[in-house]
Amino acid sequence: MNDKKFIIAGLIIFFAVALMPFWFNFGKAAPAPEVELSKKAKDAKYCVLPKAEMKGGHMQILDVWRDTVVRDGERVYTSSSGRVYNMSLSTGEDSCLGCHSNKAEFCDRCHNYASVEPYCWDCHIDPKEKK
Amino acid sequence: MEKSRRSFLKIAGVTALGVSAKPVFNAFASSDEHGGKAEPKTSKGKNSRNAEQWGMVIDTRKIQSINDLHPIISACHKIHNVPELENPRHEILWIWATKYKNAFPGKENKFLNDRIKDLPFLVLCNHCENPPCVQACPTKATFKREDGIVLMDFHRCIGCRFCMAACPYGSRSFNFRDPRPFIDEVAPGFPTRMKGVVEKCNFCAERLAVGKEPKCVEVSNGIISFGDLGDPESTVRKLLASNYSIRRKQGLGTGPSVYYIV
Repeated sequence: MNDKKFIIAGLIIFFAVALMPFWFNFGKAAPAPEVELSKKAKDAKYCVLPKAEMKGGHMQILDVWRDTVVRDGERVYTSSSGRVYNMSLSTGEDSCLGCHSNKAEFCDRCHNYASVEPYCWDCHIDPKEKK
Repeated sequence: MEKSRRSFLKIAGVTALGVSAKPVFNAFASSDEHGGKAEPKTSKGKNSRNAEQWGMVIDTRKIQSINDLHPIISACHKIHNVPELENPRHEILWIWATKYKNAFPGKENKFLNDRIKDLPFLVLCNHCENPPCVQACPTKATFKREDGIVLMDFHRCIGCRFCMAACPYGSRSFNFRDPRPFIDEVAPGFPTRMKGVVEKCNFCAERLAVGKEPKCVEVSNGIISFGDLGDPESTVRKLLASNYSIRRKQGLGTGPSVYYIV
C-alpha cells in the first residue's frame, strides 16, 4: 500500500494521454454540413416523400426499392401527389441522381460528416464521376 | 376477493365492447390521417413486357463463323459492364461461343458432320424451368421470376459459389477481383458488380421492363429469336413448331429455355 502515489500519478498520466484527442478537439465541433440541392431538385420542390421523411428514412426507402425493383420487377413509383418516378439510383432523368445530379454536395457531404459509407457506389454508377 | 356472478358479467360485457370498438376507431383514425390523399404505390412500367416463360431460339444455320457472334457477345458485355480479364481463371462471361462437343456433351456422335463439328455455338444462361442454382443458393440471391427469368439479386449475393457448382452449364462467373478497373468504358445504364459476387446473363430484364428486346437479339441479324414459350402464337413457338431443335443437357431435367435449331 506504499505505492499509492505512484499508482495515482500513473493513472493521471494515463488518462491525460488517453484522452488527448478529446482535449485537443474540445469545443471545436465541426459544423453540420449544409446539403446543396441541385437546380433541378430545387425547381421540382417535391421528392418522392416529404422532406422530413426523406431526410430520416431515405435509406429504408432505397432498401425497400431495391427489393421491389429486383424481386417484383416493379420499377415505377407513383407518389401520393400522383407524380411518377423511375425507381432507380442512377439511370435516367427521373431517377434519384437524375434529379439530385450533385452527388458530391448532396449525398457525400452528409455521409462523410456522419461517417457512413454506403456501398451503393461500389456497383452503381454516378454518371458524373465516370471518366 | 369474492366476485359475484353479476359483477363478473358486467366487466366481461364492458371488455367485449372495448375490444370490438378498437377496429372501428382505427378505421376512423386512418381515414383522417391521409385526408383522402392516395397512398404512394409502385407498379410495372406501362411498356413492360410479360410472359409465362421467356425463351430463346438460336438458329445455328444462320451462323457462318465466329465473326457473326463477336458483335453479339461484345454488345451484351458492353451494356452490362462485363469486365475483360486476361486471366482465363478470372474470366467473366454472360454469353460466349463454344464448340458443339462442349455445349452438347453426350450428343457428340463419333462421326459428326463437318459444319456442326467446327461451328461456334452461342451459349448463355438457359433460364431453366427448374433451375438447380436457385435451389442451391443459401441466401435466395438467385431466384426465378414469374416470367421465367432466373435472376440474380447482386445485393444479396454472399459469393459462396454454390450456384456455380450447381449450374450444369457453367453459365455463372465469379468476380475474383474488383471488376471496375477492367471495364474499358463504363455504361451508365447498368451497375457494375463488386468483388465477391457471382454474375450471369439476366435475359436483359432491365430492357424487357421498358419494352425492348434483349440486346443480343437486337444485334443478332436474326440468329436469335426471343419470345414467350408459353404462348403458342409467339415467334419462338412457331419456329420450334416448324424446325427440329435441341437443348443443352436436357436429360438432367432442368428444362432449359434456350433452344438451338441445328
